[in-house]
Amino acid sequence: MAEQAGLRVGMPLTKAHALVPDVLTMPADPMADSAALERLALWALQHYAPVVAPDPPDGLVIDTTGADHLHGGEERMLTGLVNRLGASGIFARAAVADTWGAAHAAARFLAAPVCIVPPGAAGKVVAPLPIFGLRIPPETVTGLHVLGFATIGEVLAVPRAPLVLRFGTLIGRRMDQLLGMVHEPVDPLRAPEHVSVRKVFGEPIGAPETIGRYTAALVGDLCKALEKRSLGARRLDLLFHRVDNSRQAIRIGTARAVRDEKRLVRLLCDRIETIDPGFGIEIMDLTATLAEPLVLQQKASSLIEEAQADLAGLVDVIANRIGARRLYRLAPVESDVPERSIQRIPPLAPDDGMTWPGRWPRPARLLARPEPIEVMALLPDHPPAFFIWRGVRRRVQRADGPERIFGEWWKRDAELSAVRDYFQVEDAEGERFWLFRSGEEQQIITGAGRWFLHGIFA
Amino acid sequence: MSAFAASAVVADLRDRIRQFDGRAARDRVVMPFGVPEIDERLPGSGLALASLHEVCGGGNDAVAGAAAMLFAAGIAARTKGQVLWCLTQPDLFAPALAQAGLAPGRVIYVEAGDEKSLLLCFEEGLRHGGLGAVVAEVARLSMTASRRLQLAAEAGGTLGLALRRFRHLKEAATFDQPTAAVTRWRVSAAPSSPLPVPGVGRARWLLELTRCRSGAAAEFDVEATDAEGRIAFSSRLADRSPATVPWSFGASA
Repeated sequence: MAEQAGLRVGMPLTKAHALVPDVLTMPADPMADSAALERLALWALQHYAPVVAPDPPDGLVIDTTGADHLHGGEERMLTGLVNRLGASGIFARAAVADTWGAAHAAARFLAAPVCIVPPGAAGKVVAPLPIFGLRIPPETVTGLHVLGFATIGEVLAVPRAPLVLRFGTLIGRRMDQLLGMVHEPVDPLRAPEHVSVRKVFGEPIGAPETIGRYTAALVGDLCKALEKRSLGARRLDLLFHRVDNSRQAIRIGTARAVRDEKRLVRLLCDRIETIDPGFGIEIMDLTATLAEPLVLQQKASSLIEEAQADLAGLVDVIANRIGARRLYRLAPVESDVPERSIQRIPPLAPDDGMTWPGRWPRPARLLARPEPIEVMALLPDHPPAFFIWRGVRRRVQRADGPERIFGEWWKRDAELSAVRDYFQVEDAEGERFWLFRSGEEQQIITGAGRWFLHGIFA
Repeated sequence: MSAFAASAVVADLRDRIRQFDGRAARDRVVMPFGVPEIDERLPGSGLALASLHEVCGGGNDAVAGAAAMLFAAGIAARTKGQVLWCLTQPDLFAPALAQAGLAPGRVIYVEAGDEKSLLLCFEEGLRHGGLGAVVAEVARLSMTASRRLQLAAEAGGTLGLALRRFRHLKEAATFDQPTAAVTRWRVSAAPSSPLPVPGVGRARWLLELTRCRSGAAAEFDVEATDAEGRIAFSSRLADRSPATVPWSFGASA
């Protein structure tokens, strides 16, 4: 709105008044802005990756190393992040790149709201972007403009020494950071309410066994700290500060609040192999980024009933390895359309004992999309005499049907009169298939009367 | 006193020897099929719990694995506790599992991205010990991998079912290669017996026990799993036994 009216950031107020006479103005509040940015960073810390920091005045920097696979890959993670922020009224743009500098420039100045810079291509992608993206003070930008530089690529191409002589060493360092020639660690944000323990080593450590031993010691300390506050960990971040001033991180999540030392150590030690200690680790830092109240409960003991095994530990181990969204239970949905009769629920959701109606047989395998087949069938509602699927002709020996399923008109207008007539057929070899005809041949309004194969029985 | 100690040592040694020569496997807890013709062919007259079993579809079903899946679901349904179902292709239709006796509240699905992580999840589930059964739809199962799984199943005391789903029909020939699984089943669809009225009756399978540790291979003609996950022996005689009630979905649901 404001941009369409011609208003820009940094415009004098009188000029804005001249453009839009009834413009609504509010005094800027940088303190509140930075506090809100910090809150946003804490939210991202709990949901996305162990290393998150605010990048004032208007950005967040997230080190996604080793965290993207839990969100379905880089692209899905970024799209999800932008959409979730958009849903709460924040217009966001995101980019993933090798370096903080490249991601900073790409997120702010590339047209696409979501951008993934391929590894090693940072220099090429950011070259046409304006020099504002170089994270240098405004005076330096003005100075470079006076000299005739407009894009980052132009600055990167000229000899470094004269620039450094005129503008100081910062510009050289920023260029190196952008290209990944100088390491730039992200200082992770931690909130005061986070329970955190830390171990500083006199001599750097590197062997996986040593790391495992100290991890167990740290988890012990953390669990004691959590117990004092009656909390259980839902998400733990273990940060390794290496001697070469870079950081590596492990994040684990649990389905329920946990304070069991053995389980947490197991989950963390499972992922130690992903850590590259380099020349050694000098600090280990374990934080419960997400903790929930956990009070001790007495278990009801019964002599008759067998106790249900607790699967939370197994669910956590698998979820941390392959991602929590790949672990689910399937629950019935009240819909007759086969594709819509299933929903995914969390693996530890309470069992309500609901199941699918068992009146009609359902195939063991359901094709992702019904595949068109060629059939010969008598009208109006006889099962096919034979059908050709994937180039194989099968003669139908026995058949059962039709089972009519109506479209759900309350979902889409197009389904108002759509019908499917399902048949269960058995071919000469005894293989069984689930076929359907969409619509009736006589009444064109219900569908084209084409045949499809939708599932395979035993 | 010394005689007592000596007898304890001897008993311990005997126990170890039993471990070596595989007799311990024969004494394991088993789960009978409830079909005498099948159970008498299996050592211990039933499917050994705490071990790994392989199931594969025959013919075209080697790729889709529909009959093999229902057979595995029927076995898993008759165990106690939750079932972990590891898969790579999400084309399984859960209502069919419910119709084979495996209620939706009992199954936890793991959708692994590749075969390697699938096997890891499979092993993790077997080792946990709190599950009734673990089913995994795997394409390749090497000797080493199956040995690991078998040891995990023994350690956790859980029934493991490797449901072999080959990516194409040619690969199905690799089902002959040896693995450490205790039994190996091939399930192929067979023409069902005609009903007196138009319609489709209970499906019929040719169930081949192609390998069985400390037992012999065998073939059975069976009728597919019912709503409690049980299979039934079907005789190829002209006259069916009068006790056999024609199977219908309505009656069992």
